[in-house]
Amino acid sequence: MLRKLRHRYLNFWTIVTLCLIVFFVVALILPVAQLFLNSFKDAEGAFSLESYKTFFTKKYYYQALQHSLWIGVVSTLVSTGIGVFLAYIVTRYNVWGKNVLKVLFLVGLMSPPFIGAYSWIILLGRGGFITNLLKPIGIKMPPIYGKTGIILVFSLHLSCYVFRYVSAAFKGIDSSLEEASENLGASKFMRLFTVTLPVVIPTITSVMIIVFMRSLADFGTPLLIGEGYKTMPVMVYNAYLGDMGGNKAMAGTISAISVFLSIGLLLVQKAYIARKNYRMSNLRPPKVIELHGWKRFLVTLPVVIWVFIALLPQLTVIVTSFLKMNGPMFSDQFSFSNYQIAFKSCGKAILHTFTYSTIAIVFVILIGTFTSYVSVRRRKQGGTLVDTMAMLPMVIPGAVFGICYIMAFNKPPIVICGTAIVMVLALVVRRLPNTIRSSVGVLESLDPSLDEASISLGVPALKTFFVITARLMVPGIAAGAVLSWISSINEISSSLLLYAPKTVTMPVAIYTFVSQNDYGQAAAMGTIMTVAIVIALTVVSRMTRKSGGII
Amino acid sequence: MSQSVSIKNVVKLYGDFRAVDNVSLDIRKGEFFTLLGPSGCGKTTLLRMIAGFNTIEDGEISFDGKRINEIPANKRDIGMVFQNYAVFPHMTVGENVGYGLKARGIRKADRSPKVKQALEQVQILDLMDRMPNALSGGQQQRVALARAFVIEPSILLMDEPLSNLDAKLRVQMRDMIRKLQTALGITTIYVTHDQEEALAISDRIAVMKNGHVMQVGRPDEIYRKPENLFVANFIGNSNQFEGTIDEITAGNTGTLKLNAGITVGVPLRESYKGAVTVAIRPEYLKFDESGIPAVIRHSTFLGDFVLYELELADGQMIFVNEYGNMGALREVGTHVHLSFVPEYVSVYKETGEVISC
Ligand SMILES: Nc1ncnc2c1ncn2[C@@H]1O[C@H](COP(=O)(O)OP(=O)(O)OP(=O)(O)O)[C@@H](O)[C@H]1O
Ligand SMILES: [Mg+2]
Repeated sequence: MLRKLRHRYLNFWTIVTLCLIVFFVVALILPVAQLFLNSFKDAEGAFSLESYKTFFTKKYYYQALQHSLWIGVVSTLVSTGIGVFLAYIVTRYNVWGKNVLKVLFLVGLMSPPFIGAYSWIILLGRGGFITNLLKPIGIKMPPIYGKTGIILVFSLHLSCYVFRYVSAAFKGIDSSLEEASENLGASKFMRLFTVTLPVVIPTITSVMIIVFMRSLADFGTPLLIGEGYKTMPVMVYNAYLGDMGGNKAMAGTISAISVFLSIGLLLVQKAYIARKNYRMSNLRPPKVIELHGWKRFLVTLPVVIWVFIALLPQLTVIVTSFLKMNGPMFSDQFSFSNYQIAFKSCGKAILHTFTYSTIAIVFVILIGTFTSYVSVRRRKQGGTLVDTMAMLPMVIPGAVFGICYIMAFNKPPIVICGTAIVMVLALVVRRLPNTIRSSVGVLESLDPSLDEASISLGVPALKTFFVITARLMVPGIAAGAVLSWISSINEISSSLLLYAPKTVTMPVAIYTFVSQNDYGQAAAMGTIMTVAIVIALTVVSRMTRKSGGII
Repeated sequence: MSQSVSIKNVVKLYGDFRAVDNVSLDIRKGEFFTLLGPSGCGKTTLLRMIAGFNTIEDGEISFDGKRINEIPANKRDIGMVFQNYAVFPHMTVGENVGYGLKARGIRKADRSPKVKQALEQVQILDLMDRMPNALSGGQQQRVALARAFVIEPSILLMDEPLSNLDAKLRVQMRDMIRKLQTALGITTIYVTHDQEEALAISDRIAVMKNGHVMQVGRPDEIYRKPENLFVANFIGNSNQFEGTIDEITAGNTGTLKLNAGITVGVPLRESYKGAVTVAIRPEYLKFDESGIPAVIRHSTFLGDFVLYELELADGQMIFVNEYGNMGALREVGTHVHLSFVPEYVSVYKETGEVISC
């Protein structure tokens, strides 16, 4: 009997599933649950809805929700409009330098928005380059601080995101659809609105939801450029670390409201949008229209202009990093001094950033591969549970996540706050969802009988997993992993809450420098990050060139 | 070494659904045994229980008398060929075929001649260094086959290995599989829903329905003497007539009165009186001077025989295959009579079980 039980229930994958469940419960469910519970407690620890009542009645608080929603709506609309327009042009016309432009969009997408935020301060802020340039001519730029700046940064950054996903959708339309519509006598204009756009609308709406969620969750940008204009993540941060010693219940409440908002959005997307996804066999990609002379120039121009504006922050960072500082002001002399100072004062931060991200990615790949296997191949034996838990970070803004961790891990039984472990753990858990989604996709396209063939040939299940399944998943996961690595390097929202003096990372250092008006070192750090991102992206595009590429 | 397989009262449950319900089979050493049945009858499920990919809820499976229920799939010493080939896409043809040998700890120098010989046997030695994505479906299936038998398994399992190939290739491959199997003498369990394939390739066939085995027998037995109405209809074509057996005469011969209009004596294995269904294959019905009256409604010339569609007096449509008539086709609309040899028909009780000898 015992043998039978062992045979049936105690195999390798049951153990893996159990380990994953324990991992996600400890590293995710408990910390988040704790925060939520705290939001329902008053100062004495009794159940109370007091802080929710306060949130919705005090302007100081509910204003943040209004701000977040307003910024979310405006940036989503702007970035979607522009992103879709540019995606259409680039996929349908022979735009000059198409491939370079696509890479630049990807750079824009992968660069952290907070770098944008502080560059725009350098350019358009009080005493910014452009502000100073225009002042003598009598042109006064509108103030960049507050919502204008946040919306500007988000729109630029998120339009790169929209561009990438929507252009994939435009490319995925089978040309026979449009030919059929043309054949039926539809004009070009009618075709665009009756066939092309409706087919990509599900993608566009899904992307809009994701973009909206990102703008709700972003923490670095409003912190740097928002000044008095507080959004939800900033509010969480303030409530937790606030001047008056912090209000944990309030921090929990604001967090809970942000999370509910994101979950609501995701549910809307699942219920009304995901269902309408048109899958196409896509035998023939749509034709690219060949334009010549000034017409070609005309379609290229808007793309180039937008890419230039979107990457202006990166450019600014790179250029200014080589300028000698004159107190808080840039001089016009070329110099490496920013780098010298940066390496001296923050060599550790650079080292931390790369080691944390790299270690995190190793775990992300490992846990992600196991999780996706379990969620695809052992759905009923706990796979779905593991998958659902692993997806939770998608709806938790980084700042909220950071607070969850501080509260969960600064007291026994697990005390890891202030250590490198907590920084890495946060990265791992926050980067898992994307990796899991992409490797689930890869795994679903793999025939399970490949595993079975190997097992029946005498290779045990565990070894089969490594030599067949995992081996075949690697190419699909690797590209995603590099992207996750890049975004780990950029991570600021959770790091800003979790770091300790001995675990400072580059984004945290940049934030600190910027808040001390030490733009030179910030620029040097920013440049190092940008270079790392570009190198990593080059690697990915090499890696994925054969399979059609991520670009 | 080839092994016998004994399956005793095995059950597979999916929730409350019994995908395989109390199946018992004895498969002899070196036999080519086929599981045949309509889609969803549990063939794959049973095969995967033997392979070790499905748990066995009840009953016992043993190889050469040794119970294997708890032995993991990788230790059962089985070769398996899958419907969709399952050729490892990241290994060359040679590496694919050598994979199982490597798992058995055979050194590279010893592997290579075996791999070559196996590839030779399936006639693709020249493709040894190719990657699978540069192979046709038929070639991939040959790789899968070579990979399965090169390890000299005690049992070879195949789940519809030919169903993704085109008709002509299917016949070619099926002959190759049969010849290889005979040469190697490996006990083989083969799954298909194609009855022609099953009849052509098997030593014995088990016909399955809804998780049950309906009949086990040699191809000719199954075709000539279907044990129940299901098998009669599933294998080949059968005309069905309703009738009654009113009396049993000497030598256990039943007087069979067909509603269609004639009365004959048929040899029975049990004395049974009452309503019966009679199945007669289209080629067992003969045009005759007297017998069942019918009208020809349609004729199809099919080369070696002519298929006639006839209407009986009560409006029922039946089929007759006429072989060897070199004269002109019979006219549509002609009134004819049909007769048959009583020993060639199968008589079934209302429950569907056969009572004729
Ligand atoms: N994992 C499963 N969960 C629930 N039911 C299943 C599962 N696998 C198979 N079944 C059911 O068990 C029955 C037998 O399935 P099986 O795959 O053995 O059929 P089959 O005879 O091989 O059919 P086919 O010729 O179509 O391959 C079917 O009704 C099927 O729906
Ligand atoms: Mg099947």
